[in-house]
Amino acid sequence: MFSSKFLVFIKNRIFLVNRVLLVILTISSASFPAFAGEGRGYIAAQTRLFWHDALYAGQEQQNISLAGWYEYFQDNEDGDQRIALSLFGRADNEDDERSHMDIRELYWWKGFNEFELYAGVRKIFWGVTESVHLVDVINQDDLLENLDGEEKLGQPMLQVLTQRDWGLVEFFVLPGFREKSYPGVAGRLRPGLPIVEEARYQSRRKDKHIDWAVRWSHYFSIWDMSLSHFSGTHRDPYFFPIVEENGFDNDSGVALQAYYPQVDQSGLALQATVDAWLLKMEAISLKERDVGRNSAAVLGFEYTWFTLAGSNGDLGLVVEYQWDDRRGLRESLSQNDLALGARWAFNDLDGSEVLALVNQDLEKDNRFFSVELSRRLTDNWKLELEARIFSQAENDTFEYQLRNDDYLQVELRRYF
Amino acid sequence: MFKLNKFVFVTAFLASAYVGAQSAEERGLAIAREVDVRDAGFQDATVDITMYLRDKQGNERARNMRNKIMEVEGDGDKSMIIFDNPGDVKGTAFLSFTHKEGPDDQWLFLPALKRIKKISSSNKAGAFMNSEFAFEDIASQEVEKYTYRFLREDEFEGRKVFVNESDPVDPKSGYSKIDVFVDQERYIPLKVEFYDRGGRHKKTLTLTGYQSYLDKYWRANTWTMENHQTGKSTVLKMNNWTFRNGFSESDFNKNSLSRAK
Repeated sequence: MFSSKFLVFIKNRIFLVNRVLLVILTISSASFPAFAGEGRGYIAAQTRLFWHDALYAGQEQQNISLAGWYEYFQDNEDGDQRIALSLFGRADNEDDERSHMDIRELYWWKGFNEFELYAGVRKIFWGVTESVHLVDVINQDDLLENLDGEEKLGQPMLQVLTQRDWGLVEFFVLPGFREKSYPGVAGRLRPGLPIVEEARYQSRRKDKHIDWAVRWSHYFSIWDMSLSHFSGTHRDPYFFPIVEENGFDNDSGVALQAYYPQVDQSGLALQATVDAWLLKMEAISLKERDVGRNSAAVLGFEYTWFTLAGSNGDLGLVVEYQWDDRRGLRESLSQNDLALGARWAFNDLDGSEVLALVNQDLEKDNRFFSVELSRRLTDNWKLELEARIFSQAENDTFEYQLRNDDYLQVELRRYF
Repeated sequence: MFKLNKFVFVTAFLASAYVGAQSAEERGLAIAREVDVRDAGFQDATVDITMYLRDKQGNERARNMRNKIMEVEGDGDKSMIIFDNPGDVKGTAFLSFTHKEGPDDQWLFLPALKRIKKISSSNKAGAFMNSEFAFEDIASQEVEKYTYRFLREDEFEGRKVFVNESDPVDPKSGYSKIDVFVDQERYIPLKVEFYDRGGRHKKTLTLTGYQSYLDKYWRANTWTMENHQTGKSTVLKMNNWTFRNGFSESDFNKNSLSRAK
């Protein structure tokens, strides 16, 4: 079922993981002798079934993959230091690009009297909304895992934070930019033109540019809020077509090259929690170097009917309006869209849940559906189903290139 | 007959007025206050909890979690719960600030996304972790959240008790009334009867295995909640109590929630 190339890949990756683990265990046994750590993780088997014929040569109709995630913490005896490790990897039988491994987290934390320090690779989540994550800019998306932008690659950082009466203040220094990775030729959910390996950068230092960020966050009475600023390499590239005489994999000799500009982005996130209502807003102001200033916002609410109709279940409704004034090359998929979502949590012994979502472009005819079902089979086994449907896409939009990529995904996980 | 009854009633009324000089409401409130006062001053605590969920057929599943609690002067307690199973829930943490008046504040930490989400606390009547305990049953009990009415003196399991009716102030509560059987000597609840919004007896909680900590603070190690309407039950086992760990505000905020494990 798996190719020999794939087996070599796995062997190399296992070697890498072993080395990383060895370093961690050496550090931990030296500095944290007194306390046993604790780990958790899962292994998962997944298949994706694409029911329309592929648009581009070489693309798969179905794939099978195996994934694993492992997380480990160890605190010292006084509880003022921690080391943490989180590893993720996937091996895909069709798409070599989707076979990937990532250090999601690998850091050392120390708490001092007045401040705290994190050094290493971390995952940071900022924001309050559900359908897009505008203010969440620290980590690069792991697009190979999911289109929803909620899976992230680990980001190297030095983070200093201090908790004051008037809020939490965090400073970030971010060396080591992570490029977005895209499916390979065999993979679905990719544009028609191949994307070349080498990206272009606005900064002369390319991916060595050191980014920084600062954030203030606070909460009182019904309000949770944050203000943030990021300066550095934009996480979302845009693409220029390039031509090469000797051609790429396709006939035209045309391919796409990612370009990462330098940006300054300020963000505001706000949530008011009133009874069963969560009122949410995120807004950003984005200044791209040598270009100009743009803004984007998402505004909406989440409402939950608890113990609906005398059952144990809760029905949650999410409505969010997305707006973004970037156009042309920089246009985002959520430039003028309405997202509607409903979540039914059964609150049964197996944690059964259904999540349905529709995203409607209000300017163009594009419409996207997503349905997710999940439940535990036992306390340690979990089954997840996910269907994504690009039901309508106008032919001058990005989604048009994915119009045949509707899929059903089935994943079975064993937690340990 | 009529006259006799009336005579007995008037005599009883006069006697009770003379003895107590207190209305049933006043006496009920006084008992609730005494329960609260006797438990005040523990400062903070941690406890390991195993929750056994049982259905009518006797199938059982265990849920493990750890809880830490801190008293807040002039307001309700702050509390953090970290869940240890099932697998997909492990590492999820729940932070709550109970308030004497107004809605509580609650946040969830979702470890897979490293996301902290402020959630609605209006789900009082909803089931906690699919158990027979509602969120309001496990929240810190503040005197101000109920009005009271002393019902009677009684005996329960050989101990003298006050039976005190508590009526939830919040219309979102799932209960019309709650009868609490309070031990007369130690001022701790031994049994609690919950009545649904239709006035039907829905659940009974029995608290057993009381031990005193720091010579003063009584904690039950077994909480048994039986649902008479569904036949299901939940048993909470509380182990490894530790008191006065020196917690501060900084152990109960969104920053510490993000480090919960």
